[in-house]
Amino acid sequence: MTATVKIGQQLYLSCSALDDMIQALRGLGFTVVGPRVVDGVISWQTLETAADLPRGVSDQQSAGSYRLVDGEPELMFQFVVGPDGPKRYFFPASLRLFEFHVSQQNFVLDAGPPQVPKLAMLGVRACELAAIAVQDRVFGIDDPTTFRCESEPYYSQTRQESLLIAVNCTRPSGTCFCAAWGTGPAATHGFDLALTELRDGFLVQVGSKRGCLLLEKLPVREPTQAEIELAEIKLERARERMGRALDVRGLKELLDQSIEYPEWDEIAHRCLSCGNCTMVCPTCFCCSVSDTTDLGAGSQQVSRTRQWESCFTHQFTYTVSGPERNTIRGRYRHWLRHKLGTWWEQFGSSGCVGCGRCITWCPVGIDLTEEVRRLRERSQAPGSRGPTLRPGEVDHGPVSR
Amino acid sequence: MITPTAPAVPTAAKPKLAVYKFSSCDGCQLQLLNLEDQLLDLVGAVEIAYFLEARRRELPPPYDIGLVEGSVSTPEEEERIQHVRRDCKYLVTIGACATSGGIQALRNWANIDEFVGHVYAQPEHVSTLETATPIAAHVFVDFELRGCPVNQLQVAELLSALLVGRKPNIPTHSLCIECKRRGLPCVLVSDNQPCLGPITQAGCGALCPAVGRACYGCFGPMEQPNMASLGSWFTSRLGYSPRKMKQMLRLFNGYLEPFKQASDHYERLDARK
Repeated sequence: MTATVKIGQQLYLSCSALDDMIQALRGLGFTVVGPRVVDGVISWQTLETAADLPRGVSDQQSAGSYRLVDGEPELMFQFVVGPDGPKRYFFPASLRLFEFHVSQQNFVLDAGPPQVPKLAMLGVRACELAAIAVQDRVFGIDDPTTFRCESEPYYSQTRQESLLIAVNCTRPSGTCFCAAWGTGPAATHGFDLALTELRDGFLVQVGSKRGCLLLEKLPVREPTQAEIELAEIKLERARERMGRALDVRGLKELLDQSIEYPEWDEIAHRCLSCGNCTMVCPTCFCCSVSDTTDLGAGSQQVSRTRQWESCFTHQFTYTVSGPERNTIRGRYRHWLRHKLGTWWEQFGSSGCVGCGRCITWCPVGIDLTEEVRRLRERSQAPGSRGPTLRPGEVDHGPVSR
Repeated sequence: MITPTAPAVPTAAKPKLAVYKFSSCDGCQLQLLNLEDQLLDLVGAVEIAYFLEARRRELPPPYDIGLVEGSVSTPEEEERIQHVRRDCKYLVTIGACATSGGIQALRNWANIDEFVGHVYAQPEHVSTLETATPIAAHVFVDFELRGCPVNQLQVAELLSALLVGRKPNIPTHSLCIECKRRGLPCVLVSDNQPCLGPITQAGCGALCPAVGRACYGCFGPMEQPNMASLGSWFTSRLGYSPRKMKQMLRLFNGYLEPFKQASDHYERLDARK
């Protein structure tokens, strides 16, 4: 055992000690969640032992396609992100906000939101750390000045209770482009511990006091110079092998300029407006809040629930005059412009972290990086500067009924 | 879709509920009886005035809420639906048959005499219409619940909403959103199954994907479905023939636009070959 562990220190943890880490976390009262194979995908689930991790499993991802394949049998983290991730735990897909009943002239509260869990996230990727940082800004955990949404106590409390153990990506997938944003493949901040998988163990970087305390309970040793160099080489190679590329220069200006480009019509022919991209996106935070009454006598029992919602649904912008964005063209354009452009104005960062989920999980393989490339080509083509609005082509007007 | 702006039922007396059957399998009415935990609450909240599947007693009309199951397939039903509309203040169709014509609407693309001749020994005793049509093709319908069968939670939600005069929480978006909220693996992206989820209305709770099967669209088309895009992905990437596409779309909701239009398109493509 090491005497004292310091923030920023690098240590070596053997493969077999990973289970010790999980058990130590469980002993500290954490529910450990991380990647696990469920019905042919890597899903984010509760882990009881290191044996629950997808050892020897790799993934193949491309636009609209995801497959698990055999990987090297001894490696535990040869895959990248699946359809879900930490977002589901900090910002649940469905959350009861409260329940009350009417008694005489009063509302009587029966139940508030569920108790905040104490989560240890194992296997958080660098892009997910970046996404968590984005959602922290959205839900106002760190910086009240960029706080734009309604107060979000469940998110803040769950985040504060949680421990983040990152895993650096040594093998990006076909739809990854974190290198474009500089959000990966290596975790640089925002973690308690960050692991880089070597052949029979992990190079661990300590990111926080809590990470120090955890490592002090585990059989770690000083890494050799060769191990440190190997980890660096693996990450450098991963950076070079991104499946997708995105030119992020001047994106906001490009999108501002592109409002009436014909490319949007072309995308609208393919986009299903099904909302899958927003459901899998680690930064999308839209939700709807609905109240339900029960069938019981007098309908006195009422509950309020918050659910994930999508800007791709027709009802999302429904107002008295009809939906604000009445066409698929308008909805896709809104999503992309928000994610890559107006997000900067709203939250001081990009809404995209380059995880590639929206590309993989689009049922018809619409590729964000490809669409941006096409918009950029249009903007650079001679004679296509400035918006051209054809008569009657405004697509965000109220629907006529 | 019309949403109520004021309570559809008077608050003083117990509102009267009527449940009707047209051409159907009774499965949607059964979903009402399957409410089990909420059944006592339901009979406490409304007067079951006419519901032959559940009780023999009939109270005379008018009724506050009428739930209609089944399509209009016989001359007798064609006439009876007019009376039902007159008897009910708020008329709701429940299920695919009542909302789209149902699986029996497959006859609408065929010769009815041929069908009847194949099935019945003495076809002359059969009195039927040439088509099976949704209730809304005959009378004004206030609200529609989709599904084959309807989801019992949606039935309960609709009734509770009507009782207090609030908008029912019945989503019209894709099934995918419901599926992803549940954290189910996408059977289309991860298994190449021909899932109709991206064009199908949510509401079932993603039953089929939850058991690893593709959605076959029993809740019918979602709001603004992009049939052409999913169709061309299925034909070009998954290798489905136009005939198979037609068969996939012409199932429980084949006669409901735009499933109907798309299935006709694939039929023409198939005939051209």
